[in-house]
Amino acid sequence: METKDTYEKGLKITGAPSLDELHASPCYQLPPKERRALAAVIECIEGIPCNPCETSCPVGAITVGDEITNLPVVDFEKCTGCGICVAACPGLAIYLKKYEFKENLSYIAFPFEYLPLPPEGATVQMVDRYGEYVCDGTVLRVVKIKRMDRTTVVHVSYPNDYYERVVNMKRLPAN
Amino acid sequence: MEEREVVVIGAGPAGLSAALEAARAGAHVLLVDENSKPGGQLFKQIHKFFGSHEHRAGVRGIDIGTQLLEEAERLDIEVWLDAEACGIFNTTDVWIVRNKEKSVTVRAKRIILATGAVENSVNFPGWSLPGVMGAGAAQTMINLHRVLPGQKILMVGSGNVGIIVSYQLLQAGADVKAVVEAAPRLGGYGVHTAKVRRAGVPFYTSHTVLEARGTDHVESATIVQLDDKWKPIPGTEKELDVDTICIAAGLTPLVELAFAAGCEPLYSPLLGGMVPWHDRSMATSIPTIYLAGDISGVEEASTAMEEGRMAGLSAAYSLGYVDRETYAVGFDAAEKRMLALRSGMFGQKRRDAKAAIVGHSRG
Repeated sequence: METKDTYEKGLKITGAPSLDELHASPCYQLPPKERRALAAVIECIEGIPCNPCETSCPVGAITVGDEITNLPVVDFEKCTGCGICVAACPGLAIYLKKYEFKENLSYIAFPFEYLPLPPEGATVQMVDRYGEYVCDGTVLRVVKIKRMDRTTVVHVSYPNDYYERVVNMKRLPAN
Repeated sequence: MEEREVVVIGAGPAGLSAALEAARAGAHVLLVDENSKPGGQLFKQIHKFFGSHEHRAGVRGIDIGTQLLEEAERLDIEVWLDAEACGIFNTTDVWIVRNKEKSVTVRAKRIILATGAVENSVNFPGWSLPGVMGAGAAQTMINLHRVLPGQKILMVGSGNVGIIVSYQLLQAGADVKAVVEAAPRLGGYGVHTAKVRRAGVPFYTSHTVLEARGTDHVESATIVQLDDKWKPIPGTEKELDVDTICIAAGLTPLVELAFAAGCEPLYSPLLGGMVPWHDRSMATSIPTIYLAGDISGVEEASTAMEEGRMAGLSAAYSLGYVDRETYAVGFDAAEKRMLALRSGMFGQKRRDAKAAIVGHSRG
Protein backbone atom coordinates (compact mmCIF):
# COMPACT_ATOMS: atom_id res chain seq x y z
CA MET A 1 0.00 0.00 0.00
CA GLU A 2 1.27 3.43 -0.81
CA THR A 3 2.05 5.72 2.06
CA LYS A 4 2.23 9.48 2.32
CA ASP A 5 5.94 9.05 1.74
CA THR A 6 5.27 7.48 -1.67
CA TYR A 7 3.07 10.41 -2.59
CA GLU A 8 5.85 12.83 -1.91
CA LYS A 9 7.88 11.23 -4.67
CA GLY A 10 5.70 13.20 -7.00
CA LEU A 11 4.28 13.36 -10.47
CA LYS A 12 6.65 11.03 -12.34
CA ILE A 13 6.29 8.26 -9.72
CA THR A 14 2.71 8.44 -8.49
CA GLY A 15 1.16 10.04 -11.56
CA ALA A 16 -0.14 12.98 -9.51
CA PRO A 17 1.69 16.18 -8.61
CA SER A 18 2.59 16.38 -4.91
CA LEU A 19 1.71 19.51 -2.96
CA ASP A 20 5.44 20.28 -2.74
CA GLU A 21 5.75 20.14 -6.51
CA LEU A 22 2.66 22.29 -6.96
CA HIS A 23 3.80 24.87 -4.41
CA ALA A 24 7.19 25.07 -6.11
CA SER A 25 5.62 25.66 -9.54
CA PRO A 26 4.85 29.20 -10.71
CA CYS A 27 1.76 27.77 -12.43
CA TYR A 28 -0.13 26.62 -9.34
CA GLN A 29 -1.86 29.24 -7.24
CA LEU A 30 -4.60 28.41 -4.77
CA PRO A 31 -7.02 31.37 -4.60
CA PRO A 32 -6.51 33.22 -1.31
CA LYS A 33 -9.19 32.47 1.28
CA GLU A 34 -10.38 36.06 1.36
CA ARG A 35 -11.06 36.20 -2.39
CA ARG A 36 -14.77 36.68 -3.09
CA ALA A 37 -15.15 35.23 -6.61
CA LEU A 38 -14.28 31.83 -8.02
CA ALA A 39 -10.85 31.64 -9.64
CA ALA A 40 -9.12 29.25 -12.02
CA VAL A 41 -6.51 26.92 -10.53
CA ILE A 42 -4.09 25.25 -12.97
CA GLU A 43 -2.07 22.11 -12.26
CA CYS A 44 0.15 22.01 -15.37
CA ILE A 45 3.74 21.95 -14.18
CA GLU A 46 5.72 20.32 -17.02
CA GLY A 47 5.96 22.87 -19.82
CA ILE A 48 4.12 20.99 -22.55
CA PRO A 49 3.53 22.78 -25.87
CA CYS A 50 -0.06 23.86 -25.33
CA ASN A 51 -2.02 27.10 -24.87
CA PRO A 52 -5.82 26.78 -25.27
CA CYS A 53 -6.17 28.04 -21.67
CA GLU A 54 -4.64 31.35 -22.73
CA THR A 55 -6.51 31.67 -26.03
CA SER A 56 -9.89 30.62 -24.59
CA CYS A 57 -9.88 33.13 -21.72
CA PRO A 58 -12.28 35.97 -22.62
CA VAL A 59 -10.61 38.46 -20.26
CA GLY A 60 -6.94 37.67 -20.86
CA ALA A 61 -6.39 36.40 -17.34
CA ILE A 62 -4.19 33.44 -18.33
CA THR A 63 -0.74 34.00 -19.81
CA VAL A 64 1.42 31.42 -21.55
CA GLY A 65 3.16 33.83 -23.89
CA ASP A 66 5.09 33.48 -27.14
CA GLU A 67 6.98 30.40 -26.01
CA ILE A 68 4.24 27.81 -26.13
CA THR A 69 5.94 25.62 -23.52
CA ASN A 70 5.84 28.34 -20.86
CA LEU A 71 3.76 27.41 -17.84
CA PRO A 72 0.36 29.11 -17.75
CA VAL A 73 -0.11 31.72 -15.02
CA VAL A 74 -3.47 33.05 -13.85
CA ASP A 75 -3.89 36.71 -12.95
CA PHE A 76 -6.45 36.67 -10.12
CA GLU A 77 -7.04 40.42 -10.65
CA LYS A 78 -8.50 39.66 -14.07
CA CYS A 79 -9.98 36.15 -13.60
CA THR A 80 -13.76 36.26 -13.29
CA GLY A 81 -14.15 32.54 -12.57
CA CYS A 82 -16.25 32.03 -15.71
CA GLY A 83 -14.90 28.50 -16.20
CA ILE A 84 -14.37 28.56 -19.97
CA CYS A 85 -10.73 27.47 -19.52
CA VAL A 86 -11.83 24.45 -17.45
CA ALA A 87 -13.38 22.76 -20.46
CA ALA A 88 -10.88 24.22 -22.94
CA CYS A 89 -7.82 22.61 -21.32
CA PRO A 90 -7.00 19.41 -23.26
CA GLY A 91 -5.20 18.09 -20.18
CA LEU A 92 -8.21 18.53 -17.87
CA ALA A 93 -5.76 20.28 -15.57
CA ILE A 94 -7.87 23.32 -14.58
CA TYR A 95 -10.65 23.72 -12.01
CA LEU A 96 -12.26 26.65 -10.25
CA LYS A 97 -12.17 27.07 -6.49
CA LYS A 98 -13.41 29.41 -3.82
CA TYR A 99 -12.93 29.15 -0.08
CA GLU A 100 -16.04 29.37 2.11
CA PHE A 101 -18.63 30.32 -0.45
CA LYS A 102 -21.19 29.49 2.22
CA GLU A 103 -20.85 28.76 5.89
CA ASN A 104 -17.99 26.24 6.28
CA LEU A 105 -18.30 25.16 2.69
CA SER A 106 -15.87 25.68 -0.17
CA TYR A 107 -16.70 25.56 -3.86
CA ILE A 108 -15.08 23.64 -6.70
CA ALA A 109 -16.00 23.35 -10.40
CA PHE A 110 -14.06 20.60 -12.14
CA PRO A 111 -14.03 18.91 -15.57
CA PHE A 112 -15.74 15.52 -15.68
CA GLU A 113 -15.83 13.27 -18.75
CA TYR A 114 -17.46 10.15 -17.32
CA LEU A 115 -21.01 8.90 -17.50
CA PRO A 116 -23.36 8.82 -15.73
CA LEU A 117 -23.35 12.45 -14.66
CA PRO A 118 -24.50 13.23 -11.14
CA PRO A 119 -27.87 14.97 -10.78
CA GLU A 120 -27.93 18.41 -9.17
CA GLY A 121 -28.39 18.12 -5.43
CA ALA A 122 -26.75 14.68 -5.27
CA THR A 123 -24.24 13.78 -2.59
CA VAL A 124 -20.98 12.68 -4.23
CA GLN A 125 -17.66 11.38 -2.94
CA MET A 126 -14.89 13.93 -3.34
CA VAL A 127 -11.37 12.68 -4.03
CA ASP A 128 -7.83 13.98 -3.77
CA ARG A 129 -5.12 13.88 -6.46
CA TYR A 130 -4.59 10.16 -5.77
CA GLY A 131 -8.24 9.22 -6.17
CA GLU A 132 -8.61 8.66 -2.40
CA TYR A 133 -11.97 9.50 -0.85
CA VAL A 134 -11.71 12.69 1.18
CA CYS A 135 -15.22 13.85 2.08
CA ASP A 136 -18.76 14.12 0.73
CA GLY A 137 -19.78 16.99 -1.51
CA THR A 138 -23.10 18.35 -2.75
CA VAL A 139 -23.61 18.87 -6.48
CA LEU A 140 -24.73 22.45 -7.12
CA ARG A 141 -24.71 22.59 -10.92
CA VAL A 142 -23.86 20.32 -13.83
CA VAL A 143 -22.83 22.47 -16.78
CA LYS A 144 -22.85 20.91 -20.21
CA ILE A 145 -22.95 23.42 -23.02
CA LYS A 146 -22.03 23.22 -26.67
CA ARG A 147 -18.89 25.33 -26.56
CA MET A 148 -17.44 23.02 -23.90
CA ASP A 149 -17.49 20.26 -26.51
CA ARG A 150 -18.64 17.30 -24.43
CA THR A 151 -16.55 18.12 -21.38
CA THR A 152 -18.99 18.56 -18.49
CA VAL A 153 -18.10 20.89 -15.62
CA VAL A 154 -19.50 19.81 -12.26
CA HIS A 155 -19.91 22.38 -9.48
CA VAL A 156 -19.80 21.02 -5.94
CA SER A 157 -19.69 22.37 -2.39
CA TYR A 158 -17.55 20.58 0.21
CA PRO A 159 -16.15 21.26 3.69
CA ASN A 160 -13.58 24.08 4.04
CA ASP A 161 -11.22 21.71 5.88
CA TYR A 162 -10.34 20.05 2.58
CA TYR A 163 -10.13 23.24 0.52
CA GLU A 164 -6.79 22.40 -1.13
CA ARG A 165 -6.87 18.60 -1.04
CA VAL A 166 -10.07 17.98 -3.01
CA VAL A 167 -9.71 18.10 -6.82
CA ASN A 168 -12.49 15.94 -8.30
CA MET A 169 -15.16 13.35 -7.51
CA LYS A 170 -15.38 9.57 -7.73
CA ARG A 171 -16.88 8.13 -10.89
CA LEU A 172 -20.46 7.00 -10.40
CA PRO A 173 -21.45 3.36 -10.96
CA ALA A 174 -23.16 2.64 -14.28
CA ASN A 175 -26.95 2.85 -14.18
CA MET B 1 -0.82 1.58 -66.64
CA GLU B 2 -2.67 4.27 -64.73
CA GLU B 3 -0.89 7.56 -64.13
CA ARG B 4 -1.24 10.14 -61.39
CA GLU B 5 0.82 13.13 -60.36
CA VAL B 6 0.98 12.42 -56.66
CA VAL B 7 0.14 9.14 -54.96
CA VAL B 8 -0.18 9.32 -51.16
CA ILE B 9 -0.07 5.98 -49.36
CA GLY B 10 -1.93 6.01 -46.05
CA ALA B 11 -4.96 8.19 -45.25
CA GLY B 12 -4.19 8.94 -41.60
CA PRO B 13 -3.46 12.44 -40.28
CA ALA B 14 -0.13 12.64 -42.16
CA GLY B 15 -1.37 11.27 -45.50
CA LEU B 16 -4.58 13.30 -45.44
CA SER B 17 -2.68 16.51 -44.68
CA ALA B 18 -0.13 15.74 -47.42
CA ALA B 19 -2.88 15.03 -49.95
CA LEU B 20 -4.74 18.23 -49.03
CA GLU B 21 -1.63 20.39 -49.33
CA ALA B 22 -0.57 18.92 -52.69
CA ALA B 23 -4.13 19.20 -54.04
CA ARG B 24 -4.46 22.80 -52.83
CA ALA B 25 -1.32 23.61 -54.78
CA GLY B 26 -2.99 22.20 -57.88
CA ALA B 27 -1.59 18.68 -58.17
CA HIS B 28 -3.82 15.73 -59.05
CA VAL B 29 -3.64 13.48 -56.01
CA LEU B 30 -4.59 9.85 -55.48
CA LEU B 31 -4.88 8.86 -51.83
CA VAL B 32 -4.85 5.14 -51.10
CA ASP B 33 -5.51 3.30 -47.85
CA GLU B 34 -5.80 -0.38 -47.05
CA ASN B 35 -8.65 0.22 -44.61
CA SER B 36 -12.34 0.56 -45.45
CA LYS B 37 -12.47 4.01 -43.89
CA PRO B 38 -10.00 6.87 -44.15
CA GLY B 39 -8.63 8.72 -41.11
CA GLY B 40 -6.08 6.26 -39.76
CA GLN B 41 -5.95 6.50 -35.99
CA LEU B 42 -7.71 9.89 -35.86
CA PHE B 43 -11.17 8.45 -35.37
CA LYS B 44 -10.00 6.64 -32.24
CA GLN B 45 -8.72 9.86 -30.70
CA ILE B 46 -11.75 11.01 -28.75
CA HIS B 47 -9.70 13.36 -26.55
CA LYS B 48 -8.93 17.03 -27.15
CA PHE B 49 -5.54 17.62 -28.76
CA PHE B 50 -2.71 19.68 -27.28
CA GLY B 51 -0.92 22.51 -29.05
CA SER B 52 -2.02 25.95 -30.11
CA HIS B 53 -4.90 27.26 -32.19
CA GLU B 54 -3.09 26.68 -35.50
CA HIS B 55 -2.53 23.05 -34.49
CA ARG B 56 -6.30 22.76 -33.86
CA ALA B 57 -5.60 22.40 -30.14
CA GLY B 58 -8.61 21.79 -27.96
CA VAL B 59 -10.37 19.98 -30.81
CA ARG B 60 -10.98 16.25 -30.44
CA GLY B 61 -9.12 13.96 -32.85
CA ILE B 62 -12.37 12.53 -34.22
CA ASP B 63 -13.53 16.02 -35.17
CA ILE B 64 -10.18 16.87 -36.78
CA GLY B 65 -10.59 13.67 -38.83
CA THR B 66 -14.03 14.77 -39.99
CA GLN B 67 -12.71 18.24 -40.91
CA LEU B 68 -9.88 16.74 -42.97
CA LEU B 69 -12.23 14.39 -44.82
CA GLU B 70 -14.64 17.21 -45.61
CA GLU B 71 -11.76 19.23 -46.98
CA ALA B 72 -10.58 16.29 -49.09
CA GLU B 73 -14.08 16.03 -50.52
CA ARG B 74 -14.22 19.77 -51.31
CA LEU B 75 -10.90 19.50 -53.12
CA ASP B 76 -12.15 16.49 -55.03
CA ILE B 77 -9.25 14.29 -53.99
CA GLU B 78 -9.45 10.79 -55.47
CA VAL B 79 -9.50 8.22 -52.66
CA TRP B 80 -9.09 4.47 -53.03
CA LEU B 81 -10.09 2.53 -49.93
CA ASP B 82 -9.51 -1.19 -49.35
CA ALA B 83 -6.46 -0.57 -51.50
CA GLU B 84 -3.20 -2.15 -50.37
CA ALA B 85 0.03 -0.69 -51.66
CA CYS B 86 2.23 -3.78 -51.99
CA GLY B 87 5.36 -2.45 -53.64
CA ILE B 88 7.11 0.41 -55.37
CA PHE B 89 9.13 -0.25 -58.52
CA ASN B 90 11.48 1.92 -60.56
CA THR B 91 11.00 4.76 -58.02
CA THR B 92 7.65 5.68 -59.60
CA ASP B 93 5.36 2.67 -60.00
CA VAL B 94 3.09 1.77 -57.12
CA TRP B 95 1.62 -1.70 -57.15
CA ILE B 96 -1.80 -1.63 -55.52
CA VAL B 97 -4.24 -4.46 -54.84
CA ARG B 98 -7.79 -3.14 -54.77
CA ASN B 99 -10.52 -4.88 -52.76
CA LYS B 100 -8.27 -7.92 -52.43
CA GLU B 101 -8.98 -8.88 -56.04
CA LYS B 102 -7.69 -6.41 -58.58
CA SER B 103 -4.03 -5.70 -59.13
CA VAL B 104 -3.26 -2.21 -60.44
CA THR B 105 -0.02 -0.40 -61.08
CA VAL B 106 -0.09 3.37 -60.86
CA ARG B 107 2.77 5.42 -62.26
CA ALA B 108 3.29 8.44 -60.02
CA LYS B 109 5.45 11.50 -60.52
CA ARG B 110 5.73 11.77 -56.75
CA ILE B 111 4.95 9.26 -54.00
CA ILE B 112 4.30 10.28 -50.41
CA LEU B 113 4.58 7.45 -47.89
CA ALA B 114 2.41 7.99 -44.83
CA THR B 115 2.10 4.38 -43.72
CA GLY B 116 2.27 5.06 -39.99
CA ALA B 117 3.56 2.68 -37.37
CA VAL B 118 2.75 -0.62 -35.70
CA GLU B 119 2.53 -1.35 -31.97
CA ASN B 120 5.42 -3.15 -30.31
CA SER B 121 4.66 -6.32 -28.41
CA VAL B 122 6.12 -7.56 -25.16
CA ASN B 123 6.32 -11.30 -24.69
CA PHE B 124 5.93 -13.12 -21.40
CA PRO B 125 4.43 -16.45 -20.37
CA GLY B 126 0.73 -16.29 -21.22
CA TRP B 127 1.09 -13.47 -23.74
CA SER B 128 -0.81 -15.43 -26.40
CA LEU B 129 -3.93 -15.80 -24.23
CA PRO B 130 -7.03 -13.99 -25.49
CA GLY B 131 -7.23 -10.79 -23.48
CA VAL B 132 -3.63 -9.74 -24.10
CA MET B 133 -3.68 -7.01 -26.74
CA GLY B 134 -2.06 -3.82 -27.90
CA ALA B 135 -3.32 -0.67 -26.22
CA GLY B 136 -4.17 0.61 -29.69
CA ALA B 137 -6.27 -2.50 -30.32
CA ALA B 138 -8.20 -1.89 -27.10
CA GLN B 139 -8.70 1.72 -28.21
CA THR B 140 -10.04 0.55 -31.57
CA MET B 141 -12.46 -1.79 -29.81
CA ILE B 142 -13.88 0.82 -27.43
CA ASN B 143 -13.86 3.90 -29.64
CA LEU B 144 -14.58 2.51 -33.10
CA HIS B 145 -16.43 -0.75 -32.48
CA ARG B 146 -17.87 0.24 -29.07
CA VAL B 147 -16.95 -3.07 -27.50
CA LEU B 148 -15.30 -3.24 -24.10
CA PRO B 149 -12.48 -5.81 -24.32
CA GLY B 150 -12.72 -6.58 -20.61
CA GLN B 151 -13.76 -5.22 -17.23
CA LYS B 152 -10.48 -5.35 -15.33
CA ILE B 153 -7.47 -3.95 -17.14
CA LEU B 154 -3.73 -4.03 -16.58
CA MET B 155 -1.93 -1.43 -18.71
CA VAL B 156 1.72 -2.13 -19.49
CA GLY B 157 3.54 1.10 -20.36
CA SER B 158 3.04 4.69 -19.21
CA GLY B 159 3.77 6.69 -22.36
CA ASN B 160 0.99 8.91 -23.65
CA VAL B 161 -0.62 6.00 -25.53
CA GLY B 162 -0.83 3.84 -22.39
CA ILE B 163 -2.15 6.69 -20.27
CA ILE B 164 -4.67 8.03 -22.79
CA VAL B 165 -6.02 4.54 -23.52
CA SER B 166 -6.27 3.89 -19.75
CA TYR B 167 -8.34 7.05 -19.43
CA GLN B 168 -10.55 6.07 -22.35
CA LEU B 169 -11.04 2.56 -20.91
CA LEU B 170 -12.22 4.21 -17.69
CA GLN B 171 -14.57 6.39 -19.73
CA ALA B 172 -15.87 3.27 -21.48
CA GLY B 173 -16.73 1.81 -18.08
CA ALA B 174 -13.81 -0.53 -17.39
CA ASP B 175 -11.82 -0.68 -14.19
CA VAL B 176 -8.10 -0.08 -14.76
CA LYS B 177 -6.41 -2.05 -11.97
CA ALA B 178 -2.89 -0.75 -12.52
CA VAL B 179 -0.48 0.87 -14.93
CA VAL B 180 3.02 -0.65 -14.82
CA GLU B 181 6.09 1.09 -16.17
CA ALA B 182 9.46 -0.67 -16.46
CA ALA B 183 11.38 2.61 -16.26
CA PRO B 184 11.87 4.30 -12.88
CA ARG B 185 9.77 7.27 -13.98
CA LEU B 186 6.46 7.58 -15.78
CA GLY B 187 6.67 8.44 -19.46
CA GLY B 188 3.53 10.35 -20.47
CA TYR B 189 2.44 13.92 -19.88
CA GLY B 190 1.83 14.64 -16.20
CA VAL B 191 -1.60 16.09 -16.91
CA HIS B 192 -2.62 12.73 -18.43
CA THR B 193 -1.22 10.64 -15.56
CA ALA B 194 -2.84 13.03 -13.06
CA LYS B 195 -6.33 12.55 -14.47
CA VAL B 196 -5.92 8.76 -14.48
CA ARG B 197 -4.47 8.80 -10.97
CA ARG B 198 -7.26 10.92 -9.51
CA ALA B 199 -9.68 8.34 -10.93
CA GLY B 200 -8.02 5.96 -8.47
CA VAL B 201 -5.69 4.03 -10.79
CA PRO B 202 -2.38 3.07 -9.14
CA PHE B 203 0.91 3.46 -11.03
CA TYR B 204 3.82 1.09 -10.51
CA THR B 205 7.17 2.41 -11.76
CA SER B 206 10.11 -0.02 -12.10
CA HIS B 207 7.57 -2.79 -12.60
CA THR B 208 6.66 -5.06 -15.46
CA VAL B 209 4.31 -7.91 -16.23
CA LEU B 210 5.86 -11.29 -15.46
CA GLU B 211 3.09 -13.66 -16.44
CA ALA B 212 -0.52 -13.88 -17.54
CA ARG B 213 -2.58 -16.80 -16.24
CA GLY B 214 -5.81 -18.34 -17.39
CA THR B 215 -7.19 -21.36 -19.20
CA ASP B 216 -8.79 -19.94 -22.34
CA HIS B 217 -8.46 -16.22 -21.53
CA VAL B 218 -6.61 -13.96 -19.12
CA GLU B 219 -7.79 -14.52 -15.57
CA SER B 220 -4.94 -12.89 -13.68
CA ALA B 221 -1.57 -11.25 -14.15
CA THR B 222 1.58 -11.26 -12.08
CA ILE B 223 3.62 -8.07 -11.95
CA VAL B 224 7.09 -7.74 -10.49
CA GLN B 225 9.44 -4.98 -9.45
CA LEU B 226 12.63 -4.43 -11.46
CA ASP B 227 16.04 -3.53 -10.08
CA ASP B 228 18.23 -0.80 -11.55
CA LYS B 229 19.46 -3.28 -14.18
CA TRP B 230 15.86 -3.99 -15.22
CA LYS B 231 15.98 -7.49 -13.68
CA PRO B 232 12.99 -8.83 -11.71
CA ILE B 233 13.48 -8.73 -7.94
CA PRO B 234 12.45 -12.12 -6.48
CA GLY B 235 9.79 -11.87 -3.79
CA THR B 236 8.24 -8.68 -5.18
CA GLU B 237 5.68 -10.50 -7.35
CA LYS B 238 2.10 -9.26 -7.05
CA GLU B 239 -0.95 -11.00 -8.43
CA LEU B 240 -3.59 -8.77 -10.03
CA ASP B 241 -7.16 -9.80 -10.70
CA VAL B 242 -7.48 -8.74 -14.35
CA ASP B 243 -9.10 -10.10 -17.51
CA THR B 244 -7.30 -7.86 -20.00
CA ILE B 245 -3.65 -6.88 -20.42
CA CYS B 246 -2.96 -3.95 -22.73
CA ILE B 247 0.55 -3.47 -24.06
CA ALA B 248 1.66 0.11 -24.70
CA ALA B 249 5.36 -0.44 -25.28
CA GLY B 250 5.94 1.99 -28.08
CA LEU B 251 5.56 1.87 -31.84
CA THR B 252 7.76 0.91 -34.77
CA PRO B 253 7.61 2.85 -38.07
CA LEU B 254 6.05 0.88 -40.96
CA VAL B 255 8.96 1.23 -43.34
CA GLU B 256 8.71 -1.85 -45.60
CA LEU B 257 7.51 -0.02 -48.71
CA ALA B 258 10.25 2.58 -48.38
CA PHE B 259 13.04 0.06 -47.91
CA ALA B 260 11.75 -2.26 -50.63
CA ALA B 261 11.76 0.75 -52.94
CA GLY B 262 15.40 1.32 -52.02
CA CYS B 263 15.17 4.35 -49.72
CA GLU B 264 18.29 4.68 -47.60
CA PRO B 265 17.72 3.53 -44.00
CA LEU B 266 18.90 5.17 -40.80
CA TYR B 267 18.68 4.03 -37.18
CA SER B 268 16.92 6.38 -34.78
CA PRO B 269 16.18 4.56 -31.50
CA LEU B 270 14.32 7.52 -29.99
CA LEU B 271 11.95 7.70 -32.98
CA GLY B 272 11.15 3.99 -33.07
CA GLY B 273 14.06 2.26 -34.83
CA MET B 274 14.88 2.04 -38.52
CA VAL B 275 13.51 4.96 -40.52
CA PRO B 276 14.11 6.10 -44.09
CA TRP B 277 16.61 8.94 -44.27
CA HIS B 278 14.90 12.18 -45.27
CA ASP B 279 15.82 15.79 -45.70
CA ARG B 280 14.14 18.87 -44.28
CA SER B 281 11.62 18.91 -47.13
CA MET B 282 10.64 15.29 -46.23
CA ALA B 283 12.22 13.86 -49.42
CA THR B 284 13.96 10.49 -49.08
CA SER B 285 17.19 9.43 -50.79
CA ILE B 286 14.97 8.66 -53.81
CA PRO B 287 13.93 12.13 -55.02
CA THR B 288 10.46 11.02 -56.16
CA ILE B 289 9.57 9.55 -52.76
CA TYR B 290 8.58 11.65 -49.75
CA LEU B 291 7.60 10.74 -46.18
CA ALA B 292 5.17 12.07 -43.61
CA GLY B 293 4.14 11.02 -40.12
CA ASP B 294 5.22 8.03 -38.06
CA ILE B 295 7.07 6.30 -40.92
CA SER B 296 9.66 9.06 -40.65
CA GLY B 297 9.95 8.64 -36.86
CA VAL B 298 7.20 8.01 -34.31
CA GLU B 299 5.71 11.17 -32.86
CA GLU B 300 2.05 12.15 -32.56
CA ALA B 301 -0.96 13.11 -34.68
CA SER B 302 -0.31 16.86 -34.46
CA THR B 303 3.27 16.51 -35.70
CA ALA B 304 2.11 14.03 -38.37
CA MET B 305 -0.28 16.64 -39.75
CA GLU B 306 2.46 19.29 -39.96
CA GLU B 307 4.82 16.82 -41.63
CA GLY B 308 2.08 15.93 -44.06
CA ARG B 309 1.71 19.58 -44.99
CA MET B 310 5.46 19.92 -45.42
CA ALA B 311 5.70 16.79 -47.60
CA GLY B 312 2.63 17.66 -49.69
CA LEU B 313 3.84 21.19 -50.32
CA SER B 314 7.37 20.03 -51.13
CA ALA B 315 6.10 17.42 -53.60
CA ALA B 316 3.86 20.00 -55.31
CA TYR B 317 6.73 22.51 -55.46
CA SER B 318 9.05 19.93 -57.01
CA LEU B 319 6.42 19.42 -59.73
CA GLY B 320 6.35 23.13 -60.42
CA TYR B 321 2.93 23.81 -58.91
CA VAL B 322 3.99 26.64 -56.62
CA ASP B 323 6.65 29.28 -57.10
CA ARG B 324 9.69 29.44 -54.92
CA GLU B 325 8.44 32.27 -52.75
CA THR B 326 5.01 30.76 -52.08
CA TYR B 327 6.72 27.50 -51.22
CA ALA B 328 9.15 29.15 -48.83
CA VAL B 329 6.40 31.04 -47.02
CA GLY B 330 4.13 27.98 -46.68
CA PHE B 331 6.92 25.61 -45.75
CA ASP B 332 8.46 27.92 -43.17
CA ALA B 333 5.09 28.44 -41.51
CA ALA B 334 4.55 24.66 -41.25
CA GLU B 335 8.07 24.15 -39.97
CA LYS B 336 7.60 26.86 -37.36
CA ARG B 337 4.40 25.24 -36.12
CA MET B 338 6.24 21.92 -36.07
CA LEU B 339 9.10 23.29 -33.99
CA ALA B 340 6.61 24.59 -31.43
CA LEU B 341 5.31 21.02 -31.05
CA ARG B 342 8.88 19.75 -30.73
CA SER B 343 9.75 22.01 -27.81
CA GLY B 344 9.79 21.70 -24.05
CA MET B 345 10.97 18.82 -21.90
CA PHE B 346 9.06 16.26 -23.99
CA GLY B 347 9.58 17.68 -27.47
CA GLN B 348 13.23 18.68 -27.38
CA LYS B 349 14.50 15.09 -27.58
CA ARG B 350 12.37 14.47 -30.65
CA ARG B 351 13.56 17.72 -32.18
CA ASP B 352 17.19 16.63 -31.65
CA ALA B 353 16.54 13.14 -33.06
CA LYS B 354 14.86 14.62 -36.14
CA ALA B 355 17.74 17.06 -36.63
CA ALA B 356 20.15 14.11 -36.45
CA ILE B 357 18.29 12.36 -39.29
CA VAL B 358 18.14 15.44 -41.50
CA GLY B 359 21.75 16.30 -40.70
CA HIS B 360 23.05 12.79 -41.32
CA SER B 361 25.65 12.84 -44.04
CA ARG B 362 24.87 10.45 -46.85
CA GLY B 363 28.39 10.04 -48.04
